[in-house]
Amino acid sequence: MRKLVALSAAALAALVTGCGGSSGGAATLNWYIFPEPSGSFAAAAKQCSAASGGRYNIVLNQLPSDSDSQRTQLVRRLAAKDSGIDIIGMDVNWTSEFAEAGWIKPWTGANKAAVTRGVLAGPIATATWKNTLYGAPLNSNTQLLWYRKDLVPTPPATWAQMIQEATALAKQGKPHLIEVQGRQYEGLTVWFNSLVESAGGRILSGPSTVAIGPAAALAAAVMHNVANSPGADPGLSNAQEDQGRLGFEKGDAAFEVNYPFVYPSALADTPKLAKVMGWANYPAVVAGRPARVTIGGENLAVSSFSQHPAAAFAAITCLVNAQHQTVDAVKGGLPPTLSALFDSPALAKAYPFHALIKQALQNPAIRPQTPAYSDISLAIQKGLSPPNAIDPSTIVKTLRSQIKAALSSGALL
Amino acid sequence: MSATAATNQPVTPAPSRKRHLTERARAERRLGWSLVAPAGIVMIAVSIYPIVYAFVLSLQRADLRFPAANKFIGLDNYKTVLTSPLWWQDVWHTVVLTVIPVSLELVIGMALALIMHRVIFGRGPVRAIALIPYGIVTVVAAYSWRYAWEADSGWIPHLLGLKSDPLTSTFGSYLAIIVSEVWKTTPFMALLLLGGLALVPDELHEAAKVDGATAWQRFWRITIPLMKPAILVALLFRTLDAFRIFDTVYIFNQGAHGTETVSILAYNQLLNRLNLGLGSAVSVLIFLMVALIAFLFIKGFGAAAAPGGGER
Repeated sequence: MRKLVALSAAALAALVTGCGGSSGGAATLNWYIFPEPSGSFAAAAKQCSAASGGRYNIVLNQLPSDSDSQRTQLVRRLAAKDSGIDIIGMDVNWTSEFAEAGWIKPWTGANKAAVTRGVLAGPIATATWKNTLYGAPLNSNTQLLWYRKDLVPTPPATWAQMIQEATALAKQGKPHLIEVQGRQYEGLTVWFNSLVESAGGRILSGPSTVAIGPAAALAAAVMHNVANSPGADPGLSNAQEDQGRLGFEKGDAAFEVNYPFVYPSALADTPKLAKVMGWANYPAVVAGRPARVTIGGENLAVSSFSQHPAAAFAAITCLVNAQHQTVDAVKGGLPPTLSALFDSPALAKAYPFHALIKQALQNPAIRPQTPAYSDISLAIQKGLSPPNAIDPSTIVKTLRSQIKAALSSGALL
Repeated sequence: MSATAATNQPVTPAPSRKRHLTERARAERRLGWSLVAPAGIVMIAVSIYPIVYAFVLSLQRADLRFPAANKFIGLDNYKTVLTSPLWWQDVWHTVVLTVIPVSLELVIGMALALIMHRVIFGRGPVRAIALIPYGIVTVVAAYSWRYAWEADSGWIPHLLGLKSDPLTSTFGSYLAIIVSEVWKTTPFMALLLLGGLALVPDELHEAAKVDGATAWQRFWRITIPLMKPAILVALLFRTLDAFRIFDTVYIFNQGAHGTETVSILAYNQLLNRLNLGLGSAVSVLIFLMVALIAFLFIKGFGAAAAPGGGER
C-alpha cells in the first residue's frame, strides 16, 4: 500500500515536473533511484541543487523497493524514450544492458576523471561496458559471513567447515541454522556467482561465451550440500536477504551470509545478540583459496533522452562526492566506492568491519557482463531452484544449455 | 368493396407515415451512432488495437534491448513456444490451478449461497460480510496468506505443528495457493449463485414437499436444474479468471517449486526479458486458450442454458 502511494506520488511528481521542466532558469533533473529509507539521497539532492547556484534542481523520485521491479519500470520507460528521466540509479548488473540499448550516455573526459578518481577498481568495473564508462559509482556492497561468537569460537573458513559446524551444533541442540538466499530470484544468482568465482571459475568468459565448467559443479554442490544439511533453514528455498536477517535475529541461526545492513539492524532489534555477532570473510569454496564475493551497489547514469545532459553529469559528480558518500554510508548503511573513505574515522565507527568490506571490494566477483544479463540470471535461478533439489552430476550440463538458450534470446525461459 | 375501402383507408396514409418515420428513425440511428462513436473509438484504441498489435509483434523477432535486430519471422515464435517443454509444463500447472479451485469454489459457493438465501435476519449485512474477501486486493490477500503459511512467522504451520516449511514443497505451495484463491473468490461465486437461487420459485418446493420429496431430492431435481444458467455463468466467469492466474503465484514464489503458470511465463518474457516477440506469442496463445474455454462452455452447455434464458 505504502509502495503504491509512493509510486503514484512519484508518477505525479514526474508529471508535474515534466510539465515545468523546460521553463527557463534552473534545469529540473529527475533522479530515479530505489527508495532510500534514511533520507540521505534526498539530503544530497537538496544540497547539490543548492550548491549548483541555480543551474539545476534535482528532484528525487522513488522506484519500487525490489530491484526487479525497479528495472522493469526503468526499461519500459527508457525503451519508450521517456525524457522525464535524467539521472538513473542503476544496479551494478544493468550497465551492459542499458548501454548496449543506447539508453545511457558514456562518461568521458573531465566528467569521467571526476567520478573515477580514488574509486575502488571493483565498482568502476561494474560501470564499464566495452571499455567505456557508463555510470558513476555511488555506493558499493558485498556480503560477509556473520556468526555467533558464543557458539562458534573461530569462524569457518570454508562452506564445508560451516556445514560441519552447523551439523555439530544441531547434534548438541544449539542454534545451528545457516541463513542464505535460496529463493528463486536475483539473490540466488548472486550466491551462485560468488561460489563459482570463489572456486576459480566464471559463468561467462565473454559477453556471449558460456564458461560454466568444473567450478560451477563445485558451486552447485555447495548449494546442494547446504540445502540438504541440518543447517538448512526450513524456509531456505523461499529465503531472501530479509528472511535471513530475521532468522538470525530470532536466534535460531549460528551463521548468516548477508550484506552489512544486518549489523545495524541487529543493534537496533536485538542488542544482546548483536554483542555476540561476529563477522568474517565470506567462506571459501576451496580451502586455501580466498573467496571472491559478488559485488552489489548502485551506479548513477545519465539518460540518453535527458534534455539537460550537461547539468545531469554535473549533478551526478556532486551526488557521488566524498561528502555525500560518507552520509550515505553512515546514515544509510551503504558502503562507499571511494577507497579513502574506508579509512575515515566516521566510517570506522559505523562500520567496525570496514577492513573486510574494502578487502572484498578490491577483488570482487562481477556478475556476467552481457546485455542479456536478466535472461541469464533467470535461467540460472530456474535451474538452481530449489537448491535442495540440485543434482550435482547433471547441473552443469543443464545450466550450460539453459544459459546458451538465454544468450540467443530465441528460447522460452 | 366498402370493407376493403374501410380496411384500405387507414392503410393508405400508413406508408407515408412509415416513410416519415423511417427518416426520423434514420436520423435517430445517425444520432445513435454518433453517440456510441466515442465509446467505440475508445474500445478500438484500448482493446482491439493492443490485441492486433500483440499479434503483429508475435510474428516478429522483437526485443527492446536489441532494436537493431528486429525483423519479421513469421510463425517462428509460435514454433519456439509450442515446442518448448516449459510451455506445456506451465499449461499443466495452470490447468491444475484452474480446475481444483473452481470446483472447490462451486461447492463451497453453493453452500454459502444456500445459507445466504435462507437468512431471515440481517440479510444485507450477512451478504456484505460474505463479500469481504472478494473486496480485498488480490496482491494484499496473497501477501497475508503467504505470511500465514511461512514457517517463521505464520500461524498455519504453527497450528498444524509442522516442522518443515510447507511453502518449500510443491505440494505445500499448491495447497497454499489454492486455499488463498478459494478463500478470495468463493464469495463471488456465491453471489452469482445466489442470484440463480432467487429464480427458483418456492411453490415448486412446496409442491414437491407435498409429494413427499426429501430435501436432497428437491435440491437435485428442482434447485439445480432451474439454476443451471446461473451455475454456467458463474463457472464460465471463474474459469476464465482462474486460467489467467498471476498475482497469487507471483507473490507466493514467483513460479518456483513447479507453480509457474502461463501468465507468469508471459510476464517473464515480456517484462523481465523485454522479448516482445516471444512474450506476445505466449500472450496470444493464452488469449486463444481463454477463447477456447469460453467457446466450449457456450457450445457444450449453451443448449442446457438456453431454456432457462428463454424463460426469462
